[in-house]
Amino acid sequence: MTNVTVKDLTLEFGAIRVLDKLNLQIEEGEFLVLLGASGCGKSTLLNCIAGLLDITDGEIHIGGRNVTWEEPSERGIGMVFQSYALYPQMTVEGNLSFGLKNAKVPKPEIAERVARAAEVLQIEPLLKRKPAALSGGQRQRVAIGRALVRDVDVFLFDEPLSNLDAKLRADLRVELKLLHQRLQNTMIYVTHDQVEAMTLADRIAIMRGGLVQQIASPAEVYNRPSNKYVAGFIGSPTINFFEGSITDGKTPEFLTADIKMGLSGYETSQGALSPRPAWLGIRPEAVITGTDVDAQPFTAEITVELFEAMGADTLVYTTLAGAPFRFRMSGQARVTAGDTLRIGFDPAQGSLFDKSTEERL
Amino acid sequence: MAVTDGAGTESARTSAKRPNRLFKNMTAKLASIPMVFTALVVFIGCTAWTIYHSFTKSRLLPAPDKWVGLDQYERLWSTRRWLVSIENLAIYGICSLVLSLVIGFTLAALLDRKIRGEGIFRTIFLYPFALSFIVTGLVWQWVLNPQFGIQSVVQRWGWESFTFDPLNNADIVIYGILIAGIWQGSGFIMVIMLAGLRGIDEDIWKATRVEGIPVWKTYIVVIIPMMRPVFVTALVLIAAGIIKVYDLVVAQTSGGPGISSEVPAKYVIEKMFQSQNLGQGFAASTMMLLSVLVVLIPWAYLEFGGKRRD
Amino acid sequence: MTDATTNTGVTPRGTKPRRRMSPRNIMLYGTLFVASMYYLLPLYVMIVTSLKGMPEIRLGNVFSPPVEVTFEPWVKAWAEACTGINCDGLSRGFWNSVQILVPSVALSIAIASVNGYALSLWKFKGSEVFFTILIFGAFIPYQVMIYPMVILLREAGEGLSFITGTRIRLMGSVWGLVIVHTVFGMPILTLLFRNYFASVPEELFKAARVDGAGFWGIYFRIMLPMALPIFVVAMILQVTGIWNDFLFGVIFTKPDTYPMTVQLNNIVNSVQGVKEYNVNMAATLLTGLVPLIIYFASGKLFVRGIAAGAVKG
Repeated sequence: MTNVTVKDLTLEFGAIRVLDKLNLQIEEGEFLVLLGASGCGKSTLLNCIAGLLDITDGEIHIGGRNVTWEEPSERGIGMVFQSYALYPQMTVEGNLSFGLKNAKVPKPEIAERVARAAEVLQIEPLLKRKPAALSGGQRQRVAIGRALVRDVDVFLFDEPLSNLDAKLRADLRVELKLLHQRLQNTMIYVTHDQVEAMTLADRIAIMRGGLVQQIASPAEVYNRPSNKYVAGFIGSPTINFFEGSITDGKTPEFLTADIKMGLSGYETSQGALSPRPAWLGIRPEAVITGTDVDAQPFTAEITVELFEAMGADTLVYTTLAGAPFRFRMSGQARVTAGDTLRIGFDPAQGSLFDKSTEERL
Repeated sequence: MAVTDGAGTESARTSAKRPNRLFKNMTAKLASIPMVFTALVVFIGCTAWTIYHSFTKSRLLPAPDKWVGLDQYERLWSTRRWLVSIENLAIYGICSLVLSLVIGFTLAALLDRKIRGEGIFRTIFLYPFALSFIVTGLVWQWVLNPQFGIQSVVQRWGWESFTFDPLNNADIVIYGILIAGIWQGSGFIMVIMLAGLRGIDEDIWKATRVEGIPVWKTYIVVIIPMMRPVFVTALVLIAAGIIKVYDLVVAQTSGGPGISSEVPAKYVIEKMFQSQNLGQGFAASTMMLLSVLVVLIPWAYLEFGGKRRD
Repeated sequence: MTDATTNTGVTPRGTKPRRRMSPRNIMLYGTLFVASMYYLLPLYVMIVTSLKGMPEIRLGNVFSPPVEVTFEPWVKAWAEACTGINCDGLSRGFWNSVQILVPSVALSIAIASVNGYALSLWKFKGSEVFFTILIFGAFIPYQVMIYPMVILLREAGEGLSFITGTRIRLMGSVWGLVIVHTVFGMPILTLLFRNYFASVPEELFKAARVDGAGFWGIYFRIMLPMALPIFVVAMILQVTGIWNDFLFGVIFTKPDTYPMTVQLNNIVNSVQGVKEYNVNMAATLLTGLVPLIIYFASGKLFVRGIAAGAVKG
């Protein structure tokens, strides 16, 4: 059993409460991503799990063992940092074996484990080099190797790819995914990059202000965000919001700026939709143009105000029902500012949030 | 997310040893004992001891039980030698502050103009700072020697009436010491200023060039205001150095001619270790501390008072 | 087009011509040269005086180069100059200074580096308070603390004698002075090391903790090898500072253990006998030689040391 459980975790720095009674259950072999804007407490949470920060209250269990008061090195974890944190005066080999030497592991075993990790990560030719002589990607590989040699079941990643350039980041992301498939370890991964979160995670925990907003699979988080914050945080370009209200009728409708959008078929989270002020979120990817428009429950005529052609797709900026509205078209679409276009979407496939609580309806 | 309730976890709580607060981080605390000792016993303890004893009638030995109130201070401020010392310190202090800042900044600004041989000039301006005040004092004693030094050289060049004899003239002797002090310390201020100038964003210079602002004006209007913290640091460092002036005077003039170049630091040491008048020494050193605080407290308030609360 | 360049008939093209002797450059370099004169003059005077014989000094002026170069003043300053009744020259002070210097530098840097390390990476309750006291202590004039220090050292020496059963004297001995230098060098050095260790990425420290290294393990295995340049800076700072010290030397040592600066002052400013300016200048140069060599050899590190200690604070 190498699941990780966080129970009622509270952390205070002086009078500031950074984490507030946070609960989290990570299953064995799961890849959990902690996602959030900077300052949301995600790295803090990871540091608490690692034992690098002394918590104020609560418990942390790793592999069924209460490790709340244990030293980081006793917790059976490996950790990879954003800045790689390689010991600059030691060779790659020294970096990999430092923890094992501290744990008084016999020399032959150290050599064997280092060799194995180096093989997995394909860094054997680098073993005698110092970190300064490595590229960013190589350094991060060594940092991962340092966690690997510890032969632990839980890996903690603190924004490990953020210091790399875009191309390398994408490559290493794939490698990490492969590594997880191969090792089947429990991994907890902190990032602010939603692409990393969506591609790597079994489940994503979206954090804000020291609280977990939603914890679910990437698809669930994208399609059924649990509140308005999550909806706005996930997805690029950002989801479109309409401010309005749900009307009282035979079939529920969303009314915004005199425009009605039918909501028949909307899957509610709890019970039937009752009339109330609400937000409706429509993803830019859910908008359809061209010949299939007329099949959509809602259609409208818009004027292109601005467009960004990005090759694979084109982003169009316009105004709909008095609110700014963005949608995505094929990269081959030929539009210019001032064009009039017919667009359509299914409002029932969007997400409704209560106006005051901002919770999903 | 599985939300676990808090019940039934008591057993788990006791399974690990609760680290004692006092022993937490114990090695770091043990390793800091010399620092704690220095801070508490020397810096606070010894200072308090001296201040306390400045109110006693200590002479050859400290006399903690003979309380005399402000007597020592009254005596101090009616001693001519102390008054001369204070006057000298004031003249030396103000001149040294102004000259160090002006010379230090000017040299730094000149060196910052992307000149040839910057390293050589910097080495020349800074080397006196590596020398002790004793060496500084003795060298300038010789250079200013009226019989063989600058005065005689200029006279021999044909300017017969030239007199520049600070070390034998009670009225200007402090300026003789000032020349030596500036020689020793201004290079240091230059280095600080140069570091400050190098810290200024290149883009500022580009912007002023594009806007056609003359270089001298850029320094006065843009650069110097931006370097306020550097100036403040330099000011504090110079001020702290001024109050400590002791060995320079000992070496260059031994306080003479007569008592005309005495300084407070020298007064203290002599009262304590030569004329066995401890009470006077303690009172005088407490006055030195007071003058430091006058400079230090406003600075600390400006530097840390506002910003620390973040 | 009617700009200035067309008037001269030259089309602006390629590198812009620069005038080497522009008024601006003359001003700039002129000022720098005049300033250099002021700074170099005493060094020059010291050297030429120390190489002249006394008759030549009495005839000529301080600036004229020696007609007849003699090294006798140097020999005399090193081996024969008198302080009081001792006439074995500055060499005694030199070796005294070395004996004071080596343990003082080692001890002060060892303690201050651990302080800085603990203060930046192993903060404990109250550690910042002690640091603040330390920094403010750096501004307290030594005169305020010096007398109680004398008493402390005397008492501590007697205490140690009582415990060990052998006669130990701290006051007036080299070890007493070593303690004094360690204590009063602590603020600036601690600041230097604290600033350095604070600039070490915190993740490195975290990684080492995950790897199971403790306080001393991280200090010796990771931080110390990384911090070698700052140790060199601290050494430069301390060697020059302690070598140049006069005040502590004169108070905390006895005449036969006087450091070089104190002895130099006693030689030059002695009222007995005829003033031998050439010997005095040779002695002065000899005393200044150690810090000067360090200064010229270390170059940028010296600058870095004094700037780091000052600006970052």
